[in-house]
Amino acid sequence: MGNRKFKIYRGDNTKGELVDYNCDVTEGMVVLDAMHRIQADDANDMACRWNCKAGKCGSCSVEINGRPKLACMTRMNEYSPDETIMITPLKAFPIIKDTVTDVSWNYKQNLKIKPFSPAQNKNNTEKGLVMQQVDVERTQHFRKCIECYLCQNVCHVIRDQDAKEKFVGPRFMIRLASLEMHPMDDADRIPAIKEDHGSGMCNITRCCTEVCPEDIQITDDGIIPLKERVVDRYFDPVTMLYRKLFKK
Amino acid sequence: MTEVIGREKSFLSTLREDRWWISPMLVLFGLLSFIVYSTWAAWQGEYFWWSGALNAEGFGGYLSPFYSPTFFLDITKEGIPPISHALFGEWPNWLWWLPGHSPAWLILIFPLSFRFTCYYYRKAYYRAFTFSPPACAVGGIPQKDYKGETGVLLFQNIHRYAMYFAIVFIFLLSYDAVMAFFRDGEFGVGVGSIILLINPILLGGYTFGCHSLRHLIGGRMDCFSCSHSAEHSHSRWKIVTYLNRRHQMFAWCSLVWVGLSDVYVRLVSMGVITDLNTWV
Repeated sequence: MGNRKFKIYRGDNTKGELVDYNCDVTEGMVVLDAMHRIQADDANDMACRWNCKAGKCGSCSVEINGRPKLACMTRMNEYSPDETIMITPLKAFPIIKDTVTDVSWNYKQNLKIKPFSPAQNKNNTEKGLVMQQVDVERTQHFRKCIECYLCQNVCHVIRDQDAKEKFVGPRFMIRLASLEMHPMDDADRIPAIKEDHGSGMCNITRCCTEVCPEDIQITDDGIIPLKERVVDRYFDPVTMLYRKLFKK
Repeated sequence: MTEVIGREKSFLSTLREDRWWISPMLVLFGLLSFIVYSTWAAWQGEYFWWSGALNAEGFGGYLSPFYSPTFFLDITKEGIPPISHALFGEWPNWLWWLPGHSPAWLILIFPLSFRFTCYYYRKAYYRAFTFSPPACAVGGIPQKDYKGETGVLLFQNIHRYAMYFAIVFIFLLSYDAVMAFFRDGEFGVGVGSIILLINPILLGGYTFGCHSLRHLIGGRMDCFSCSHSAEHSHSRWKIVTYLNRRHQMFAWCSLVWVGLSDVYVRLVSMGVITDLNTWV
Protein backbone atom coordinates (compact mmCIF):
# COMPACT_ATOMS: atom_id res chain seq x y z
CA MET A 1 0.00 0.00 0.00
CA GLY A 2 3.05 2.28 0.13
CA ASN A 3 4.17 5.21 2.17
CA ARG A 4 1.40 7.24 3.83
CA LYS A 5 1.34 10.66 5.48
CA PHE A 6 0.15 11.15 9.06
CA LYS A 7 -0.45 14.14 11.32
CA ILE A 8 -0.54 13.15 14.97
CA TYR A 9 -1.28 15.43 17.90
CA ARG A 10 1.75 15.75 20.17
CA GLY A 11 1.41 17.69 23.39
CA ASP A 12 -0.68 17.94 26.51
CA ASN A 13 -3.79 19.76 27.71
CA THR A 14 -2.23 23.21 27.55
CA LYS A 15 -0.24 23.22 24.33
CA GLY A 16 0.52 20.95 21.45
CA GLU A 17 0.88 20.63 17.70
CA LEU A 18 0.16 18.31 14.83
CA VAL A 19 3.44 16.61 13.92
CA ASP A 20 3.99 15.16 10.45
CA TYR A 21 5.06 11.54 10.11
CA ASN A 22 5.49 9.13 7.22
CA CYS A 23 4.87 5.45 7.59
CA ASP A 24 5.12 2.44 5.27
CA VAL A 25 1.74 0.78 5.28
CA THR A 26 1.16 -2.80 4.25
CA GLU A 27 -1.98 -4.74 3.35
CA GLY A 28 -4.34 -5.35 6.28
CA MET A 29 -2.94 -2.69 8.61
CA VAL A 30 -5.22 -0.66 10.85
CA VAL A 31 -4.55 2.89 12.08
CA LEU A 32 -3.31 1.55 15.42
CA ASP A 33 -0.68 -0.55 13.58
CA ALA A 34 0.55 2.57 11.83
CA MET A 35 0.70 4.44 15.16
CA HIS A 36 2.77 1.60 16.62
CA ARG A 37 5.14 1.65 13.64
CA ILE A 38 5.55 5.43 13.96
CA GLN A 39 6.11 5.00 17.71
CA ALA A 40 8.79 2.36 17.05
CA ASP A 41 10.56 4.11 14.18
CA ASP A 42 10.18 7.86 14.64
CA ALA A 43 8.58 8.81 17.96
CA ASN A 44 9.60 6.57 20.85
CA ASP A 45 8.12 9.02 23.35
CA MET A 46 4.67 9.18 21.73
CA ALA A 47 1.91 8.15 24.14
CA CYS A 48 -0.66 5.78 22.67
CA ARG A 49 -3.24 3.87 24.72
CA TRP A 50 -4.25 0.41 23.53
CA ASN A 51 -4.81 -3.06 24.85
CA CYS A 52 -6.68 -5.78 22.96
CA LYS A 53 -6.34 -4.61 19.32
CA ALA A 54 -9.61 -6.41 18.66
CA GLY A 55 -12.24 -3.75 19.29
CA LYS A 56 -13.21 -5.16 22.66
CA CYS A 57 -11.35 -3.15 25.29
CA GLY A 58 -12.23 0.37 24.13
CA SER A 59 -8.78 1.75 24.98
CA CYS A 60 -7.64 3.14 21.63
CA SER A 61 -10.44 5.70 21.10
CA VAL A 62 -9.15 8.69 19.15
CA GLU A 63 -10.42 11.05 16.48
CA ILE A 64 -9.28 10.15 12.99
CA ASN A 65 -9.72 12.95 10.47
CA GLY A 66 -12.09 14.56 12.95
CA ARG A 67 -14.31 11.52 13.46
CA PRO A 68 -14.36 9.57 16.76
CA LYS A 69 -13.19 5.99 16.09
CA LEU A 70 -11.34 3.04 17.54
CA ALA A 71 -7.83 3.09 16.03
CA CYS A 72 -7.68 -0.70 16.11
CA MET A 73 -10.89 -1.11 14.07
CA THR A 74 -10.16 1.53 11.44
CA ARG A 75 -8.54 -0.02 8.39
CA MET A 76 -5.95 1.95 6.47
CA ASN A 77 -7.62 1.07 3.18
CA GLU A 78 -10.65 3.16 4.25
CA TYR A 79 -8.57 6.18 3.25
CA SER A 80 -7.40 7.10 -0.23
CA PRO A 81 -3.62 6.72 -0.88
CA ASP A 82 -3.02 10.48 -1.13
CA GLU A 83 -5.05 11.35 1.99
CA THR A 84 -3.19 12.57 5.07
CA ILE A 85 -4.47 10.79 8.16
CA MET A 86 -4.88 13.11 11.13
CA ILE A 87 -5.04 11.53 14.58
CA THR A 88 -6.13 13.69 17.51
CA PRO A 89 -7.24 12.94 21.09
CA LEU A 90 -10.92 12.77 22.14
CA LYS A 91 -12.15 16.36 22.25
CA ALA A 92 -14.51 16.02 25.19
CA PHE A 93 -11.89 14.94 27.73
CA PRO A 94 -8.65 16.49 29.06
CA ILE A 95 -5.45 15.37 27.35
CA ILE A 96 -2.92 13.50 29.44
CA LYS A 97 -0.33 13.20 26.70
CA ASP A 98 -0.51 13.11 22.90
CA THR A 99 -3.58 11.05 21.91
CA VAL A 100 -4.26 9.78 25.43
CA THR A 101 -7.08 11.45 27.36
CA ASP A 102 -8.27 11.37 30.95
CA VAL A 103 -11.70 9.71 30.86
CA SER A 104 -12.10 9.45 34.65
CA TRP A 105 -15.13 11.80 34.57
CA ASN A 106 -17.04 8.84 33.14
CA TYR A 107 -16.24 6.62 36.11
CA LYS A 108 -17.71 9.28 38.39
CA GLN A 109 -20.95 9.24 36.39
CA ASN A 110 -21.12 5.49 36.77
CA LEU A 111 -20.94 5.82 40.56
CA LYS A 112 -24.05 8.05 40.53
CA ILE A 113 -26.21 5.22 39.21
CA LYS A 114 -28.22 3.15 41.66
CA PRO A 115 -26.79 -0.38 41.28
CA PHE A 116 -28.63 -3.55 40.32
CA SER A 117 -31.23 -4.28 43.01
CA PRO A 118 -32.68 -7.78 42.64
CA ALA A 119 -36.27 -8.17 43.79
CA GLN A 120 -36.89 -10.70 46.52
CA ASN A 121 -40.53 -11.41 45.73
CA LYS A 122 -40.61 -11.84 41.93
CA ASN A 123 -41.33 -15.41 40.89
CA ASN A 124 -42.41 -17.12 37.72
CA THR A 125 -41.25 -20.64 38.68
CA GLU A 126 -40.80 -22.62 41.89
CA LYS A 127 -37.12 -21.72 41.75
CA GLY A 128 -37.90 -18.00 41.66
CA LEU A 129 -37.74 -15.74 38.66
CA VAL A 130 -36.11 -17.43 35.68
CA MET A 131 -35.22 -15.10 32.83
CA GLN A 132 -36.30 -16.24 29.39
CA GLN A 133 -34.23 -15.65 26.27
CA VAL A 134 -36.35 -12.71 25.04
CA ASP A 135 -35.61 -10.82 28.23
CA VAL A 136 -31.95 -11.85 28.27
CA GLU A 137 -31.49 -10.56 24.71
CA ARG A 138 -32.98 -7.20 25.52
CA THR A 139 -30.55 -6.36 28.33
CA GLN A 140 -27.63 -8.23 26.77
CA HIS A 141 -27.79 -5.84 23.81
CA PHE A 142 -26.79 -3.02 26.18
CA ARG A 143 -24.06 -5.08 27.82
CA LYS A 144 -22.14 -5.24 24.54
CA CYS A 145 -20.83 -1.79 25.52
CA ILE A 146 -17.01 -1.80 25.69
CA GLU A 147 -16.82 1.61 27.39
CA CYS A 148 -14.73 3.20 24.65
CA TYR A 149 -16.54 6.48 25.42
CA LEU A 150 -16.78 7.43 21.75
CA CYS A 151 -20.47 8.14 22.36
CA GLN A 152 -19.65 10.33 25.35
CA ASN A 153 -17.07 12.16 23.26
CA VAL A 154 -19.34 12.83 20.29
CA CYS A 155 -22.41 13.84 22.35
CA HIS A 156 -22.67 17.57 21.74
CA VAL A 157 -24.12 18.15 25.23
CA ILE A 158 -20.82 16.99 26.70
CA ARG A 159 -18.52 17.97 23.84
CA ASP A 160 -19.70 21.46 22.91
CA GLN A 161 -22.22 22.70 25.45
CA ASP A 162 -20.19 22.18 28.64
CA ALA A 163 -23.14 20.48 30.32
CA LYS A 164 -21.22 17.67 32.01
CA GLU A 165 -22.89 18.57 35.30
CA LYS A 166 -26.37 18.08 33.86
CA PHE A 167 -26.10 14.96 31.70
CA VAL A 168 -24.44 11.61 32.35
CA GLY A 169 -24.09 10.92 28.63
CA PRO A 170 -25.21 8.15 26.28
CA ARG A 171 -23.03 5.39 27.72
CA PHE A 172 -24.64 5.75 31.11
CA MET A 173 -28.12 6.15 29.71
CA ILE A 174 -27.47 2.72 28.21
CA ARG A 175 -26.39 1.38 31.59
CA LEU A 176 -29.52 2.88 33.15
CA ALA A 177 -31.64 1.27 30.43
CA SER A 178 -30.05 -2.14 31.05
CA LEU A 179 -30.92 -1.87 34.75
CA GLU A 180 -34.38 -0.33 34.31
CA MET A 181 -35.43 -2.99 31.77
CA HIS A 182 -34.01 -5.90 33.75
CA PRO A 183 -36.89 -8.18 34.85
CA MET A 184 -35.27 -8.92 38.21
CA ASP A 185 -34.36 -5.37 39.11
CA ASP A 186 -36.69 -3.63 41.53
CA ALA A 187 -35.15 -0.19 41.97
CA ASP A 188 -36.95 2.95 40.78
CA ARG A 189 -34.51 5.15 38.90
CA ILE A 190 -37.01 7.24 36.90
CA PRO A 191 -36.85 10.35 39.15
CA ALA A 192 -33.04 10.21 39.03
CA ILE A 193 -33.05 9.65 35.25
CA LYS A 194 -35.08 12.86 34.85
CA GLU A 195 -33.37 15.04 37.44
CA ASP A 196 -29.86 13.80 38.22
CA HIS A 197 -28.92 11.98 35.04
CA GLY A 198 -30.53 14.56 32.73
CA SER A 199 -32.54 12.55 30.18
CA GLY A 200 -34.11 15.81 28.97
CA MET A 201 -30.71 17.19 27.97
CA CYS A 202 -30.48 14.70 25.11
CA ASN A 203 -32.06 16.08 21.94
CA ILE A 204 -31.91 12.81 20.00
CA THR A 205 -29.39 13.82 17.35
CA ARG A 206 -28.11 10.22 17.32
CA CYS A 207 -24.39 10.86 16.95
CA CYS A 208 -23.83 8.42 19.82
CA THR A 209 -25.48 5.64 17.81
CA GLU A 210 -23.54 6.58 14.68
CA VAL A 211 -20.12 6.21 16.34
CA CYS A 212 -20.83 3.13 18.47
CA PRO A 213 -18.34 0.41 17.39
CA GLU A 214 -20.61 -2.27 18.88
CA ASP A 215 -23.66 -1.13 16.88
CA ILE A 216 -25.71 -0.67 20.02
CA GLN A 217 -28.93 1.16 19.19
CA ILE A 218 -28.21 3.69 21.91
CA THR A 219 -30.90 6.16 20.90
CA ASP A 220 -33.74 3.89 19.77
CA ASP A 221 -33.35 1.15 22.39
CA GLY A 222 -31.86 3.06 25.30
CA ILE A 223 -32.38 6.79 25.49
CA ILE A 224 -35.80 7.11 23.83
CA PRO A 225 -37.38 4.29 25.91
CA LEU A 226 -36.05 5.98 29.05
CA LYS A 227 -37.42 9.34 27.90
CA GLU A 228 -40.78 7.63 27.31
CA ARG A 229 -40.71 6.19 30.83
CA VAL A 230 -40.09 9.70 32.14
CA VAL A 231 -43.10 10.89 30.09
CA ASP A 232 -45.19 8.10 31.69
CA ARG A 233 -44.26 9.34 35.13
CA TYR A 234 -44.25 13.12 34.72
CA PHE A 235 -45.95 14.33 31.55
CA ASP A 236 -48.76 11.95 30.57
CA PRO A 237 -51.94 12.60 32.60
CA VAL A 238 -53.51 9.29 31.53
CA THR A 239 -50.65 7.06 32.71
CA MET A 240 -50.33 9.19 35.85
CA LEU A 241 -54.02 8.62 36.63
CA TYR A 242 -53.74 4.91 35.80
CA ARG A 243 -50.84 4.55 38.21
CA LYS A 244 -52.71 6.40 40.90
CA LEU A 245 -55.86 4.29 40.49
CA PHE A 246 -54.12 0.92 40.31
CA LYS A 247 -51.20 1.82 42.60
CA LYS A 248 -48.62 0.82 39.98
CA MET B 1 4.12 24.73 19.94
CA THR B 2 0.69 26.28 19.49
CA GLU B 3 -2.49 26.28 21.52
CA VAL B 4 -4.22 22.90 21.73
CA ILE B 5 -5.46 22.06 18.26
CA GLY B 6 -8.99 20.97 17.43
CA ARG B 7 -10.53 21.75 20.83
CA GLU B 8 -12.12 25.16 20.23
CA LYS B 9 -15.87 25.22 20.87
CA SER B 10 -17.04 27.62 18.21
CA PHE B 11 -19.83 27.27 15.65
CA LEU B 12 -18.90 24.78 12.87
CA SER B 13 -15.50 24.04 14.42
CA THR B 14 -14.39 20.59 13.29
CA LEU B 15 -11.42 18.63 12.04
CA ARG B 16 -13.66 16.66 9.69
CA GLU B 17 -12.68 17.03 6.07
CA ASP B 18 -15.49 15.01 4.50
CA ARG B 19 -18.64 16.62 3.10
CA TRP B 20 -20.57 16.44 6.38
CA TRP B 21 -22.76 19.39 5.33
CA ILE B 22 -24.50 17.51 2.51
CA SER B 23 -26.90 15.62 4.79
CA PRO B 24 -28.18 18.65 6.77
CA MET B 25 -28.44 20.64 3.52
CA LEU B 26 -30.59 17.93 1.92
CA VAL B 27 -32.81 17.79 5.02
CA LEU B 28 -33.09 21.58 5.03
CA PHE B 29 -34.03 21.60 1.35
CA GLY B 30 -36.47 18.69 1.70
CA LEU B 31 -38.31 19.98 4.76
CA LEU B 32 -38.41 23.59 3.55
CA SER B 33 -39.78 22.48 0.17
CA PHE B 34 -42.54 20.54 1.90
CA ILE B 35 -43.37 23.39 4.27
CA VAL B 36 -43.60 25.91 1.41
CA TYR B 37 -45.68 23.61 -0.82
CA SER B 38 -48.05 22.42 1.91
CA THR B 39 -48.65 26.00 3.09
CA TRP B 40 -49.42 27.09 -0.48
CA ALA B 41 -51.65 24.04 -1.08
CA ALA B 42 -53.54 24.59 2.17
CA TRP B 43 -54.02 28.27 1.29
CA GLN B 44 -55.76 27.47 -2.00
CA GLY B 45 -58.94 25.91 -0.59
CA GLU B 46 -59.93 24.61 -4.03
CA TYR B 47 -59.09 21.88 -6.58
CA PHE B 48 -58.60 19.21 -3.94
CA TRP B 49 -61.25 16.82 -5.26
CA TRP B 50 -61.93 15.01 -8.52
CA SER B 51 -64.66 12.61 -9.46
CA GLY B 52 -64.88 12.70 -13.22
CA ALA B 53 -66.14 16.25 -13.51
CA LEU B 54 -65.87 19.48 -11.55
CA ASN B 55 -68.08 19.37 -8.44
CA ALA B 56 -69.41 15.92 -9.47
CA GLU B 57 -71.89 14.23 -7.14
CA GLY B 58 -72.04 10.54 -6.18
CA PHE B 59 -70.06 8.02 -4.11
CA GLY B 60 -66.33 7.88 -4.73
CA GLY B 61 -63.64 10.22 -6.00
CA TYR B 62 -60.14 11.47 -5.34
CA LEU B 63 -59.66 13.62 -2.23
CA SER B 64 -56.33 15.28 -1.49
CA PRO B 65 -54.93 14.02 1.85
CA PHE B 66 -54.27 17.64 2.90
CA TYR B 67 -58.06 18.14 3.01
CA SER B 68 -59.18 14.95 4.71
CA PRO B 69 -61.43 14.93 6.65
CA THR B 70 -63.29 17.90 5.21
CA PHE B 71 -65.02 19.67 8.10
CA PHE B 72 -66.58 22.55 6.17
CA LEU B 73 -66.90 23.45 2.50
CA ASP B 74 -67.09 26.83 0.82
CA ILE B 75 -69.42 25.95 -2.04
CA THR B 76 -68.32 28.96 -4.09
CA LYS B 77 -64.95 27.25 -4.73
CA GLU B 78 -64.01 25.09 -7.70
CA GLY B 79 -62.79 21.49 -7.50
CA ILE B 80 -64.38 20.63 -4.17
CA PRO B 81 -66.38 17.57 -3.06
CA PRO B 82 -70.20 17.60 -2.93
CA ILE B 83 -71.50 19.37 0.17
CA SER B 84 -72.61 15.99 1.55
CA HIS B 85 -68.91 15.15 2.05
CA ALA B 86 -68.45 18.02 4.51
CA LEU B 87 -68.76 16.70 8.05
CA PHE B 88 -70.33 19.92 9.35
CA GLY B 89 -71.82 21.41 6.20
CA GLU B 90 -71.20 24.80 4.61
CA TRP B 91 -68.39 27.15 5.56
CA PRO B 92 -69.47 28.97 8.76
CA ASN B 93 -69.35 32.75 9.05
CA TRP B 94 -67.26 32.61 12.22
CA LEU B 95 -64.40 31.09 10.22
CA TRP B 96 -64.30 34.06 7.81
CA TRP B 97 -60.72 34.78 8.85
CA LEU B 98 -59.19 31.47 7.67
CA PRO B 99 -57.08 32.11 4.53
CA GLY B 100 -58.76 30.90 1.34
CA HIS B 101 -61.69 29.48 3.34
CA SER B 102 -59.62 26.33 3.28
CA PRO B 103 -60.64 23.34 5.45
CA ALA B 104 -57.01 22.15 5.31
CA TRP B 105 -56.04 24.61 8.06
CA LEU B 106 -58.37 22.81 10.47
CA ILE B 107 -56.62 19.46 10.17
CA LEU B 108 -52.99 20.11 9.26
CA ILE B 109 -52.16 20.85 12.89
CA PHE B 110 -52.56 17.13 13.71
CA PRO B 111 -50.08 15.60 11.25
CA LEU B 112 -47.85 18.63 11.74
CA SER B 113 -47.67 18.13 15.51
CA PHE B 114 -46.99 14.41 15.04
CA ARG B 115 -44.11 15.02 12.67
CA PHE B 116 -42.76 18.00 14.59
CA THR B 117 -42.45 16.03 17.83
CA CYS B 118 -41.34 12.79 16.11
CA TYR B 119 -38.08 11.40 17.45
CA TYR B 120 -36.70 11.05 13.90
CA TYR B 121 -37.66 14.53 12.72
CA ARG B 122 -36.23 16.00 15.92
CA LYS B 123 -32.82 14.71 14.86
CA ALA B 124 -33.38 16.00 11.33
CA TYR B 125 -34.37 19.55 12.18
CA TYR B 126 -32.14 19.97 15.22
CA ARG B 127 -29.26 19.27 12.85
CA ALA B 128 -30.48 21.13 9.77
CA PHE B 129 -32.38 24.10 11.23
CA THR B 130 -30.99 24.81 14.71
CA PHE B 131 -27.48 23.40 14.23
CA SER B 132 -27.40 21.67 17.59
CA PRO B 133 -25.22 20.15 16.28
CA PRO B 134 -25.19 20.42 12.45
CA ALA B 135 -23.38 17.06 12.19
CA CYS B 136 -21.52 14.65 14.45
CA ALA B 137 -18.23 16.13 15.75
CA VAL B 138 -19.06 19.51 14.20
CA GLY B 139 -19.50 22.44 16.57
CA GLY B 140 -23.04 23.68 17.13
CA ILE B 141 -24.00 27.16 18.21
CA PRO B 142 -22.50 27.50 21.71
CA GLN B 143 -25.12 28.33 24.34
CA LYS B 144 -24.37 29.78 27.76
CA ASP B 145 -26.96 27.67 29.52
CA TYR B 146 -27.85 24.74 27.29
CA LYS B 147 -31.17 23.21 28.36
CA GLY B 148 -31.78 20.55 25.70
CA GLU B 149 -35.40 19.45 25.91
CA THR B 150 -35.90 20.59 29.50
CA GLY B 151 -36.75 24.23 28.75
CA VAL B 152 -38.92 25.55 25.92
CA LEU B 153 -38.69 22.18 24.17
CA LEU B 154 -40.43 20.40 27.03
CA PHE B 155 -43.53 20.34 24.80
CA GLN B 156 -41.88 17.54 22.76
CA ASN B 157 -43.30 15.23 25.41
CA ILE B 158 -46.78 15.52 23.86
CA HIS B 159 -45.62 13.20 21.08
CA ARG B 160 -47.74 10.25 22.19
CA TYR B 161 -50.90 12.36 22.07
CA ALA B 162 -50.00 13.54 18.58
CA MET B 163 -49.52 9.85 17.74
CA TYR B 164 -53.08 8.98 18.86
CA PHE B 165 -54.45 11.53 16.37
CA ALA B 166 -52.07 10.33 13.67
CA ILE B 167 -53.49 6.80 13.99
CA VAL B 168 -57.03 8.17 13.50
CA PHE B 169 -55.80 9.80 10.28
CA ILE B 170 -54.51 6.46 8.98
CA PHE B 171 -58.08 5.13 9.11
CA LEU B 172 -59.51 8.30 7.54
CA LEU B 173 -57.02 8.21 4.69
CA SER B 174 -57.62 4.48 4.22
CA TYR B 175 -61.32 5.32 3.76
CA ASP B 176 -60.31 7.92 1.17
CA ALA B 177 -58.19 5.28 -0.57
CA VAL B 178 -61.25 3.01 -0.85
CA MET B 179 -63.30 5.98 -2.13
CA ALA B 180 -60.67 6.50 -4.83
CA PHE B 181 -61.66 3.15 -6.37
CA PHE B 182 -65.22 4.34 -6.97
CA ARG B 183 -66.82 6.96 -9.18
CA ASP B 184 -70.55 7.57 -8.96
CA GLY B 185 -70.74 4.29 -7.05
CA GLU B 186 -69.05 2.32 -9.83
CA PHE B 187 -65.85 0.39 -9.04
CA GLY B 188 -62.79 1.12 -11.14
CA VAL B 189 -59.08 1.83 -11.02
CA GLY B 190 -57.22 4.97 -11.97
CA VAL B 191 -53.69 6.25 -11.47
CA GLY B 192 -55.11 8.42 -8.69
CA SER B 193 -56.61 5.33 -7.00
CA ILE B 194 -53.16 3.74 -6.83
CA ILE B 195 -51.53 6.95 -5.58
CA LEU B 196 -54.15 7.41 -2.86
CA LEU B 197 -53.87 3.72 -1.90
CA ILE B 198 -50.09 3.90 -1.44
CA ASN B 199 -50.49 7.03 0.70
CA PRO B 200 -52.03 5.40 3.84
CA ILE B 201 -49.71 2.41 3.44
CA LEU B 202 -46.63 4.63 3.70
CA LEU B 203 -48.20 6.74 6.42
CA GLY B 204 -49.08 3.55 8.29
CA GLY B 205 -45.48 2.33 8.00
CA TYR B 206 -44.38 5.63 9.50
CA THR B 207 -47.05 5.97 12.20
CA PHE B 208 -47.01 2.35 13.37
CA GLY B 209 -43.22 2.50 13.72
CA CYS B 210 -43.48 5.42 16.15
CA HIS B 211 -41.17 5.27 19.18
CA SER B 212 -44.00 6.26 21.54
CA LEU B 213 -46.23 3.50 20.17
CA ARG B 214 -43.33 1.05 20.56
CA HIS B 215 -43.09 2.05 24.20
CA LEU B 216 -46.81 1.95 24.94
CA ILE B 217 -47.42 -1.34 23.16
CA GLY B 218 -44.74 -3.28 25.03
CA GLY B 219 -41.52 -1.36 25.54
CA ARG B 220 -42.73 -0.05 28.90
CA MET B 221 -42.62 -3.60 30.30
CA ASP B 222 -39.55 -4.98 32.05
CA CYS B 223 -40.40 -8.61 31.44
CA PHE B 224 -41.67 -10.01 28.14
CA SER B 225 -42.07 -13.56 29.43
CA CYS B 226 -43.67 -13.16 32.83
CA SER B 227 -47.30 -13.54 31.71
CA HIS B 228 -49.39 -14.44 28.67
CA SER B 229 -50.37 -10.82 28.14
CA ALA B 230 -46.69 -9.84 28.28
CA GLU B 231 -45.92 -12.45 25.62
CA HIS B 232 -48.64 -10.98 23.38
CA SER B 233 -47.23 -7.50 24.02
CA HIS B 234 -43.83 -8.77 22.99
CA SER B 235 -45.24 -10.05 19.68
CA ARG B 236 -46.78 -6.64 18.96
CA TRP B 237 -43.59 -4.90 20.12
CA LYS B 238 -41.55 -6.92 17.62
CA ILE B 239 -43.79 -5.79 14.73
CA VAL B 240 -43.54 -2.14 15.78
CA THR B 241 -39.78 -2.59 16.24
CA TYR B 242 -39.49 -3.86 12.65
CA LEU B 243 -41.14 -0.66 11.40
CA ASN B 244 -39.28 1.46 13.95
CA ARG B 245 -35.92 0.38 12.51
CA ARG B 246 -37.14 1.85 9.19
CA HIS B 247 -38.69 4.97 10.74
CA GLN B 248 -36.48 7.42 8.85
CA MET B 249 -37.22 5.78 5.50
CA PHE B 250 -40.98 5.77 6.13
CA ALA B 251 -40.83 9.34 7.46
CA TRP B 252 -39.42 10.62 4.18
CA CYS B 253 -41.36 8.35 1.82
CA SER B 254 -44.68 9.18 3.47
CA LEU B 255 -43.88 12.91 3.53
CA VAL B 256 -43.01 12.99 -0.15
CA TRP B 257 -45.98 10.79 -1.10
CA VAL B 258 -48.54 12.83 0.77
CA GLY B 259 -47.27 15.90 -1.10
CA LEU B 260 -47.32 14.07 -4.44
CA SER B 261 -50.87 12.87 -3.77
CA ASP B 262 -52.01 16.47 -3.35
CA VAL B 263 -50.13 17.54 -6.49
CA TYR B 264 -51.75 14.75 -8.51
CA VAL B 265 -55.32 15.39 -7.33
CA ARG B 266 -54.84 19.13 -7.82
CA LEU B 267 -53.52 18.80 -11.37
CA VAL B 268 -56.28 16.36 -12.37
CA SER B 269 -58.94 18.55 -10.75
CA MET B 270 -57.59 21.65 -12.53
CA GLY B 271 -57.63 19.81 -15.86
CA VAL B 272 -53.87 20.17 -16.34
CA ILE B 273 -53.38 16.40 -16.64
CA THR B 274 -55.77 13.57 -17.47
CA ASP B 275 -56.23 10.69 -15.06
CA LEU B 276 -55.77 7.33 -16.77
CA ASN B 277 -58.50 5.07 -15.46
CA THR B 278 -60.97 2.29 -16.23
CA TRP B 279 -64.11 4.43 -15.91
CA VAL B 280 -63.80 6.25 -19.23
